[in-house]
Amino acid sequence: MNSAKQHGFDIRERIRRLYIVNPESKRIIERIAKLAQQLGSDVKIMNFCGTHEWTISHYGIRTVIPRNVDLVAGPGCPVCITPGLYVEELIRLSFEGFTILTYGDAFRLPARPTASIKSLAEAKARGGDVVVVYSFFDAIKLARSNPGRKYIFFAIGFETTMPCTAEPLVKDRVPKNLMILSAYRFTPPIMRWLLESERDVEIHGVIAPGHVSSIIGASAWSFLVERYSIPTVVAGFEPVDILLAIVFILHQLVHRKPRLINEYVRVVRDEGNTYVRKLISEVYDVVDAYWRGVGIVPESGAALKHRYSEFDAQYQLGLREPSVVDDIMPGCRCRDVILGKVKPVECPHFMKTCRPNAPYGPCMVGSEGTCRIWAENLPQILNEVAI
Amino acid sequence: MMPVCLGVPAKVIEIRRDGEMRIAVVEMGGITLEVLLTLGEEVKPGDYVIVHAGIAISKIDDAELESILKLWKEVIEGNSTV
Ligand code: SF4
Repeated sequence: MNSAKQHGFDIRERIRRLYIVNPESKRIIERIAKLAQQLGSDVKIMNFCGTHEWTISHYGIRTVIPRNVDLVAGPGCPVCITPGLYVEELIRLSFEGFTILTYGDAFRLPARPTASIKSLAEAKARGGDVVVVYSFFDAIKLARSNPGRKYIFFAIGFETTMPCTAEPLVKDRVPKNLMILSAYRFTPPIMRWLLESERDVEIHGVIAPGHVSSIIGASAWSFLVERYSIPTVVAGFEPVDILLAIVFILHQLVHRKPRLINEYVRVVRDEGNTYVRKLISEVYDVVDAYWRGVGIVPESGAALKHRYSEFDAQYQLGLREPSVVDDIMPGCRCRDVILGKVKPVECPHFMKTCRPNAPYGPCMVGSEGTCRIWAENLPQILNEVAI
Repeated sequence: MMPVCLGVPAKVIEIRRDGEMRIAVVEMGGITLEVLLTLGEEVKPGDYVIVHAGIAISKIDDAELESILKLWKEVIEGNSTV
């Protein structure tokens, strides 16, 4: 563990500054300890969002909270849950006269285990036409300057990325030579599905996604409190935001008064971004959709409305829609990682046959993937295991 | 390479148009970038926004902080049952 040694001091110093020198953080941590002790029992808090998992792992937050408080990552990684079949269809099209435009995060996303070409990156290496773009606006600019070429944009992501395509479609700014493959997924339905279908996953508190909530509104999560009595905190992404979320959740558990708290008030409004919410409903129909490895989740997908069918790659090219297909690699525990049932270190492939520079499963690919985050923050993770 | 789902605070430098779309030129971490402006509320140069996958999704508003600071104090000091 060379890197552990190399970065060991930095990490400790970072933790020292954030938690020990900062008097507020220290008081929050003390309060967390006291509340956890008062509760006595084991508490499982799910952080929905990959970026929250990054903050937790990177700053070693698990090492400063009591052992009976377990922080588990949830399904908030759009790359991880994007069906392998979409990747396969795009790989094929990259050899059939289309230029595939993808976010960097999905470039190395594996297709199904049975596919002969494993990812868009591999397709490109073998002569397929694939270009990585930063945004859909860049895709528009590219398509405008090459009117003779046909482009397909791989639209993955949650509510936060939907306006990228919805705004230009509504404002009629998408060139005719640019189509969209919509792999968008809505987030509240997967939480509902998780709580209804996976009864063995016991969750006592939820740290709800900060940026998704800036679109859909903090109030979109009120069902967690009203229907399932789960304390829920919409949180920001600084270490202190996470600590506050934990203290708020424990406090509610102690007092048996579950409620919804918006900790990220500097960015998230209760009603969200009403302009974008309207845009999304003008452009997309809500449909049942497949989540990689997980299954069909009711009303969780976004399909382009018929009036935009000329830009709809699925419609125009008759692409196959993924149903429940086997797109998880043999031995990969990604499904259970996404659903908060196991930790990456419990997977036999972790850091052996699945590593950031050579990902085997989908949770090792994008920067929101739990396995990827754990792999990149191994010193902190090992520290936790050692403690 | 910018991760797709990461939101980053950025300062608005200028606002342009592309047809009916509003484009904000923003500065984040020393680079300037053109992003779509998809906010209902008014945004002007000098404001801070959260940029995510090439769009400004939310304006950062510190005025709201007071309410959370109050709750923070109550819970930390342990004299609240909210
Ligand atoms: S380490 Fe790799 S193979 Fe194992 S669960 Fe994670 S992504 Fe799948």
